[in-house]
Amino acid sequence: MTVTTVMLCGVGGQGTIMAADLLAKVAAAAGLDVKLSEVHGMSQRGGSVDTVVRFGDEVFSPVTDPGMVDHLVGFELIEAMRRVHYVKPEGRLLVNPQAIRPLPVLTGELPTPHGLAAILADEGAIFIDADELACEVGSPKSANVVLMGALSLGLPFAEESWREVIASRVPAHTIESNLRAFELGRRACREGECAL
Amino acid sequence: MGRTLLSGNEAVARGAWEAGAVVGVGYPGTPSTETLQRFARHPGVYAEWAPNEKVALEVAAGVSLAGRRSLVAMKHVGLNVAADPLFTLAYTGVRGGLVILVADDPGMHSSQNEQDSHNYAAFARVPILDPSDSQEALEFTREAYEISENYDVPVLIRSTVRVSHTKSLVEEGPLPHLEPQPAYVTEPSKWVMMPAMAKLRRIDLDRRMVELRQFAEETALNRIEMRDTSVGIVCAGACYLHVREALPDASVFKLGMPFPLPAAGLAKFASSVDKLYVIEEADDFLTRSVRSLGITVETMPMPTVGELSPGAIRLAFGCSAPVTREADFSLPPRPPLMCPGCPHRPVFYSLRKARAVVTGDIGCYTLGALKPLAAMDSCVDMGASIGMAHGVELAGGTAERPVVAVIGDSTFAHSGITSLMNTVYNGGGGTIAILDNRITAMTGHQGNPMNGITLQERRSHEVDLVGLVKALGVNRLQVVDPHDFAACERVFAEETATDELSVIIFRAPCALLLKEKDDPYAVDEDACTKCGVCIKLGCPAISKDEHTSRAVIDTAICVGCGQCVQVCRFDAIVHTGPACDFKGADLS
Repeated sequence: MTVTTVMLCGVGGQGTIMAADLLAKVAAAAGLDVKLSEVHGMSQRGGSVDTVVRFGDEVFSPVTDPGMVDHLVGFELIEAMRRVHYVKPEGRLLVNPQAIRPLPVLTGELPTPHGLAAILADEGAIFIDADELACEVGSPKSANVVLMGALSLGLPFAEESWREVIASRVPAHTIESNLRAFELGRRACREGECAL
Repeated sequence: MGRTLLSGNEAVARGAWEAGAVVGVGYPGTPSTETLQRFARHPGVYAEWAPNEKVALEVAAGVSLAGRRSLVAMKHVGLNVAADPLFTLAYTGVRGGLVILVADDPGMHSSQNEQDSHNYAAFARVPILDPSDSQEALEFTREAYEISENYDVPVLIRSTVRVSHTKSLVEEGPLPHLEPQPAYVTEPSKWVMMPAMAKLRRIDLDRRMVELRQFAEETALNRIEMRDTSVGIVCAGACYLHVREALPDASVFKLGMPFPLPAAGLAKFASSVDKLYVIEEADDFLTRSVRSLGITVETMPMPTVGELSPGAIRLAFGCSAPVTREADFSLPPRPPLMCPGCPHRPVFYSLRKARAVVTGDIGCYTLGALKPLAAMDSCVDMGASIGMAHGVELAGGTAERPVVAVIGDSTFAHSGITSLMNTVYNGGGGTIAILDNRITAMTGHQGNPMNGITLQERRSHEVDLVGLVKALGVNRLQVVDPHDFAACERVFAEETATDELSVIIFRAPCALLLKEKDDPYAVDEDACTKCGVCIKLGCPAISKDEHTSRAVIDTAICVGCGQCVQVCRFDAIVHTGPACDFKGADLS
């Protein structure tokens, strides 16, 4: 299998690292080589973050370049827009339409960037309202698992394998709600793809 | 045995444990921090945070003297602090294997500079190993202990962000077999480095380097991969992975040990390819080293700063860039910021109001340099704030503006105490603010001597910070709750008005340590006069409404700290009741 590159991006603290971990474990369980590259430290204090997961028969570099990403999962609207040039022309874009305004916008120093959703829609983005779906399962923190549910539809891994990895990785009392979050993400993605 | 997904840092920790290291010491620093945290969780090991990297390496030197193996972990700038013992430990050599993980940060994701630690290996004359991925991180670390003991020398493992923070699959090795601790032998000619003995060890170090150069020619750490012979590439670490991705047909000399170099092996490789290139990040250490062997290295238009990627290498070798999407849009940057409820915020707000010249330091509070607080004038290295404030004063001060040094609790323990002693000793004045948030916050909440929390949760002792500052000879000392704006402003006004040296300890726990949130606040729209004062706090929970210009509080992230209530002069910030669910901003 040739190498597939997935980029997860968002705001520090949104759970991109945990989501990437789930994906990497699912790919490893399928017997593939996998690399997961993340950045800790200063950017975690509410800064712009991205995590790259690459899997296939043999993966060399853990990082990627513009025009080389197969699947971009935007945990936040502005951060998805910031990295849209990384996605291959035929690549897939999954975007949580919620926006978290950066500090220069909150303070009024810079204008609010309007119209991002329309541009991303033109680029073929499927919108998954992960925060709302996560609230629906009673666990706002599982928005990242909702997005992995959506991502899972376009990847060659068995649904059961995802469920096993999620169950082994999240705290015991949140297994049920996280599995449900995963399911809602899958369903929302299927509906989004039908609507395209 | 199955394969496990481990980061490079975790793999180094596992490798050290498999090699029988029984003690781990370090100081937290991105991207090295998880190494020691992971090592500490292995059965049968002792691990501790030291106040700084110099102390950490000296503790490990003692472990080595007593005949046991140890692991030291730090970030690249930490090795500057630990350089003093490192250079002389190259002379003494080791008894128990001594391995130092140094994690570089090309691209400066979370650092104040990008230095290539290879230079230290050559400067101090110690071998350095560069793993490319987690499997190598584990195996090279195990091997490093053998090299350390066989060649009587400390060994550096050099990683970068893309090794330390990349997870890849690892086949773990067997559990360690610990030999009993050897009987202690007194050996002053090896360990007491006064001139008479050091001169002999200096000669012996050169003898050991000759042996290590021979080892470099033979070791499987270095590897030649012959493919198309028109292009040959010398590389190490994560760069090897980028090269394999970018130029799959090129022949490669993969250096697992970039110092000392295998001169004969490299010469042979160079003669078997048409053109030889060296690919490395953020420095030209390897290029210079290979050239110094008399080997011709082609010049390549590569970036000389920051990280490399396969794309950057492809571009340099004339491959066309991939097609990218055209979508172009001007986006606001997203700088990191202080959390809602952060106790540092009122301190910087008050410093700005006091028009202070602020010499800053390394930690979360460095974010006080960013808008809208924008109240920091310098940030150089751990502990620099206090010495620099003294220096500004010696230069004649800053016309009409008070000078205040700002330093965190962990940074004060790391390198601030000696600086404060210097100011006291030399009769300096000025104001020093110690922001004691009870934790080493930026690197992810590690314990330190100021809070008495240790890495393996052993019983400990909390430094009496007030007593320490007094013992250094500081007479003017106050402890202030930073959440109290009036107190912050009053104390800065009082203390900057005197010529006498004064220390203010701002003590309140990091907002992330508080498990319970208070009820959030909201803005009373009728009372809000749009004055914008609360916006100037730079709290991510407060924003200026685009249409009405009134302040709005995001109740989902407000922690109810009440800082904004204190700055509002119109009583427009009020309690509303429990938090609602997150609702993102509407950017439609």
